[in-house]
Amino acid sequence: MDSDLSPQDKKDLDKFMKFFALKTVQVIVQARLGEKVCTRSLSSPTGSDWFNLAIKDIPEVTHESKKALAGQLPGIGRSMCVEISLKTSEGDSMELETWCLEMNEKCDKDIKVSYTVYNRLSLLLKSLLAITRVTPAYKLSRKQGHDYVILYRIYFGEVQLTGLGEGFQTVRVGVVGTPVGTITLSCAYRTNLAFMSTRQFERTAPIMGIIIDHFVERPFGNMGHMHPCNYRAPGEDEGACNGVEDSQEVCTTSFSTSPPSQLYCSRLSYQPPDFCHPSTLNAADPHQMGVPGKEGGVPQQVPVQPCHGAQAEHRRVSSCPPADHVPATPYSRGEDAETSSRIVEVKSGSPCDVLETTFTRKVGAFVNKPGTQVTTASLDLPFAAFAPRAYDLEENDPMVQPPESSATSSPLQGSLHSQGSGESGGPAQDDFVMVDFKPAFSKDDLLPMDLGTFYREFQNPPQLASLTIDVSSQSMAEDLDSLPEKLAVYEKNIDEFDAFVDTLQ
Amino acid sequence: MNCRSEALEVSVEGRQVDEAMLALLHTILLHRSTGKFHYKKEGTYSIGTVGTQDIDCDFIDFSFVRVSSDELDRAIRKAVGEFKDAMGNGTDGMGQISLEFYQKKKSRWPFSDECIPWEVWSIKVNVVNLANEQERQICREKVGEKLGEKVINIVEVINRHEYLPKMPTQSEVDNVFDTSLKDVQPYLYKINFQITDTLGTSVSTTMRRLIKDTLAL
Repeated sequence: MDSDLSPQDKKDLDKFMKFFALKTVQVIVQARLGEKVCTRSLSSPTGSDWFNLAIKDIPEVTHESKKALAGQLPGIGRSMCVEISLKTSEGDSMELETWCLEMNEKCDKDIKVSYTVYNRLSLLLKSLLAITRVTPAYKLSRKQGHDYVILYRIYFGEVQLTGLGEGFQTVRVGVVGTPVGTITLSCAYRTNLAFMSTRQFERTAPIMGIIIDHFVERPFGNMGHMHPCNYRAPGEDEGACNGVEDSQEVCTTSFSTSPPSQLYCSRLSYQPPDFCHPSTLNAADPHQMGVPGKEGGVPQQVPVQPCHGAQAEHRRVSSCPPADHVPATPYSRGEDAETSSRIVEVKSGSPCDVLETTFTRKVGAFVNKPGTQVTTASLDLPFAAFAPRAYDLEENDPMVQPPESSATSSPLQGSLHSQGSGESGGPAQDDFVMVDFKPAFSKDDLLPMDLGTFYREFQNPPQLASLTIDVSSQSMAEDLDSLPEKLAVYEKNIDEFDAFVDTLQ
Repeated sequence: MNCRSEALEVSVEGRQVDEAMLALLHTILLHRSTGKFHYKKEGTYSIGTVGTQDIDCDFIDFSFVRVSSDELDRAIRKAVGEFKDAMGNGTDGMGQISLEFYQKKKSRWPFSDECIPWEVWSIKVNVVNLANEQERQICREKVGEKLGEKVINIVEVINRHEYLPKMPTQSEVDNVFDTSLKDVQPYLYKINFQITDTLGTSVSTTMRRLIKDTLAL
């Protein structure tokens, strides 16, 4: 019980708890910055590194932690939680993991506060450093960028795990017994990472069945805002150093980065190379690694930029695709998706506008066309549709004669149907729509055909002469009779064969 | 005093041996290293600061944290390199590398100091050969997951807070810690390994048997 604890021990324990909570949040958030963290070992103590570990303090994170703690300490029934979530560029979000710092009633009264508890808390922080790299969110956070960002939220009170979906896993980082209770640090992380945007679902049906993970509207009243790691509390002009209300030994380890008014990066540590500035700390602060720029997870000075995936409660992604846009996977966007949507539309047979690229056929694939074509009764070719057509069909075929308005009609089209000489038969049935694709590097200035044409032309090469021998006409007896002659020839040329074998060795 | 012994086992491809061993050994040493001790008068001491560094593996889908100490990293890499060389390059095989933390106990002359282990981590390694790139890609991910599980195992053991040597006085510090590094101070440790040939017998035990047999004659 607290009454058994000396006042000094009680004071020390409270201080340890407070700074342990703050450092825990720093380690977790910095591990989700998306960058490698690197801090230097110092042989001489500076007196400002809590738990003898070089863990930098990002001022905004410290500020948010203190705001969440609101002067309280994690205790029995009062857990401190750090929730990590993912937000896509289209505004959808998903909780990835929740780190919980809890305390239970099991006390260890014999333990020495200033020595054993302190060292074990240090060990627990090291374990946290190791475990934060092992959960699935770490890999996701390393790949964050245009498509999604990682956000964090700190809250105090009861642990809420419902947003993690079904089948979430729990890993215990460690426990430390104290005279007032046992501190437990654990992580619950989502295992089902598949999700589908509800907005996309409303627009069109998905191409493939995608597992839907439902989103729960947050029921908790004490829910704070989600922040990217470089979150800046709006309207605040606080300096870099926070929380120096304790003794000098605990002088803040926060860094004197550039003033917060410049910290406008709207996503968790996404740093476009153009706007990356080295930290100002390097010379002054011994904790800072010598590497400028992104190392160490120190917030960078980044001007406001219209990047997607902004802070959760701030701008939404403005690039809403058109209504006929076939949705790609939740994480893909941009030109690639639009390009693929065109191709998909054509293949599915939906009416499409005049495309700028190749053709304007409005009939879907595998559609039977009224037969004005020459039949290929005498020809039994597979993929006959890809064989060149007769010239008299070309005039009627919009595939071959694209509208004049199409400025970028493919040179493929003209050459495709003029190379009829390679074929042994007449034009094939027009059961298929010729999708004029442009193979990469398809244009060849030297030859009057490109790769696609070449492929089609030579898809049915003539049979080799040696294979056209009618084997059935030869009898076994004739074969045997011809053997001695063949053997005689081989024996005569035996020296040549030997020389050939020698060259192979 | 009983020595605590923990065993880990991993199956990796030949080129993953180095990184897998480094990941596990560094994770253990992260927890078994402190800052440099600076003793003051009246028996008190202060402790330096341990920095940490994220390391990405090239052949495994995995990242780990190690102590920011080039000296320590070099020592571990050297041991792992010797282990890898002993295992052979790219062939199937089994081996075991062990990280032993010990204390020195001073003995009177002419006896040499005694090394008393208090914690031994044994990592068994199975090296597999893979046939194609697809298998290698799968192995890359699987080994990453396995290493993650091993890190969780290591953390679980360490946080049981079982025996640790007492913090020594200034005169005894070299019996407990390796004070040769300039930036950090791990507990005294040594790394041993043994290779098992494909027949499943340990080379060292075979040699021992041969010598015994010879002496018995």
